[in-house]
Amino acid sequence: MPAGSLLALLARRVASLGLTLLAASFLVFMLTQFSPANVARETLGAYALPEQVRALTRSLRLDDPILLRYARWGGVLLGLKADPLQDPRLGLHFTDPRGARYFGNFGYSTLFRAPVADVLWSRLANTALLGALALAVIVPLSLALGILAGLRPGGLLDRLISVSAIAMTSVPEFALGVILVAIFSVALRWLPGTSPLTTGAGWPLASQLVLPVAVLAIYDSGYVARMVRVAMIEVLGQPYIRTATLKGLSRRQVILRHALRNAMIMPFTVLMLQINWLIGGVVVTELVFAYPGFGRMLLQASLFGDVALIEAATLIALSIAILTQLLSDIGYWLLDPKARG
Amino acid sequence: MRVGRSGVAFVGLALILLWVVLALAAPWLPLPSPTAQDYAAFAHPGPSAQHWLGVDPLGRDTLARLVWGARVVLLLAPLSVLAAYAVGCTLGLLAGYYGGWTDALISRASDVILSFPVVVLYVILIANIGPSAFNIVIAVVLAAAPGVGRIVRGLARRLAAQDFIAAARLRRESGLYIMVVEILPNCRGPLLTDVCIRLGYTTIMIGTLGFLGLGLPPPSPDWGGMVQQAGPMLTVYPAMALIPAGAIISLVLGFNLLADGLSEAP
Repeated sequence: MPAGSLLALLARRVASLGLTLLAASFLVFMLTQFSPANVARETLGAYALPEQVRALTRSLRLDDPILLRYARWGGVLLGLKADPLQDPRLGLHFTDPRGARYFGNFGYSTLFRAPVADVLWSRLANTALLGALALAVIVPLSLALGILAGLRPGGLLDRLISVSAIAMTSVPEFALGVILVAIFSVALRWLPGTSPLTTGAGWPLASQLVLPVAVLAIYDSGYVARMVRVAMIEVLGQPYIRTATLKGLSRRQVILRHALRNAMIMPFTVLMLQINWLIGGVVVTELVFAYPGFGRMLLQASLFGDVALIEAATLIALSIAILTQLLSDIGYWLLDPKARG
Repeated sequence: MRVGRSGVAFVGLALILLWVVLALAAPWLPLPSPTAQDYAAFAHPGPSAQHWLGVDPLGRDTLARLVWGARVVLLLAPLSVLAAYAVGCTLGLLAGYYGGWTDALISRASDVILSFPVVVLYVILIANIGPSAFNIVIAVVLAAAPGVGRIVRGLARRLAAQDFIAAARLRRESGLYIMVVEILPNCRGPLLTDVCIRLGYTTIMIGTLGFLGLGLPPPSPDWGGMVQQAGPMLTVYPAMALIPAGAIISLVLGFNLLADGLSEAP
């Protein structure tokens, strides 16, 4: 891309972020129409009479064409319209302390019987903690493994690390979770097998994070380590590495000063994309360990058919994925002079 | 075949063939029915003379469920990857060969789907359209076809600029002929490794859906579902969950080792 294009890049990406969110939110809205669950039925509970469900469906205008309902949902989100479920005339007693109309109003969760905003952000914070800890393990582990393997391609250490990395990516998160719990909770009794983030059962909070973080980190480290290895082999084959060696620099200096920085470019972008994978990984991991996070909430909402919460969670997950992609593009631009043209 | 030269690929192929043979032979193996409940086995659910790998929490023979479950995953995974390839190759060829607005439309739509975290996409899809074998194929196609399409598009764009394609255009071959006969066969190499990786990943995904309770409806034997159902028994009989987990791992490992061997082979 041409020089000085960082601003243009940013502008283009923000526009595409908006468009993607618009398209994806509509896609999810369409999908939820296939679900047997419906908002009126879930709001009233399992013992509501069919007439009551029909009456609420009419008051909420759930029979309107899908585009109209989608536009109405968008209006509530942008704070242009009041959330229809909070209308006091319905007598549902759904109230949001933020008011019925504000920007970022994702509506009312029929599953948790609370405003989506009350449920969403605390769970997201729990998951962010899990993700940050996992990344703090993934980065050094995968770099170390990848660099060690890439130094002597085809050597014994390389084959050993490469096969281990393949093995690490071949274990699904749920299988790894079950295996780790069987070893460390059931057999050895060192760590708790569930992580509800409460200390009632006598396990300190830190101990509850070990196994979930291990599950997330092991699966992803194998993948990133293979990327680092490939990048390292490619960089070490470049002419400037030979020049540096011929200049009389020690192998250690060559690798630390010249090879690493260039070998970092590809893994950096991969690592940022890895955040997208982590979001998927937390759905499974949080279920295994009953962790009160964003992923398990999304799963519960999907199984229950809580449209407001599914929409909110999807948009948040997508925003995180797209923003990290943007960060990776900026990082790539900063790390690689060639990208600046 | 190139596999012969790589020890790693050989191990991978052996793992896959082991499950393929077991799956094919399932009706003739001297095994109890995968859905029959043996109430007497509850007292000792561990391995025994009647039940070599023990029974599940409902008293069903674990080995029989593993072998019949292999039929499910070995049918579903290749079928859905094939379907994803059919859709992905079509979209990729159209986008790469024609370019312009066709490319823009296909690429933007693919970008939207590829922005979804994969598991999230699967969960939302299956939770809404319902868990069934057909819907799992649909979900895999929707989630994987854009990725395949992106690879094919890149290859097709590069190939479309070459002389032999220009020659075919001069011969007045149709666009369809050029895409299918001239371009597609030349994409074979890079796609072969991708197929293996996708087979492994789809196996993980099918297992994960089963574990999340979104797999095949009971009582179909489903490896991920087996792990989920045995979960509450983990503190008492860990083997119940560990055995099906091991089965999934061995099959995925097989696909991934084969992929590695194919990509390293000259």
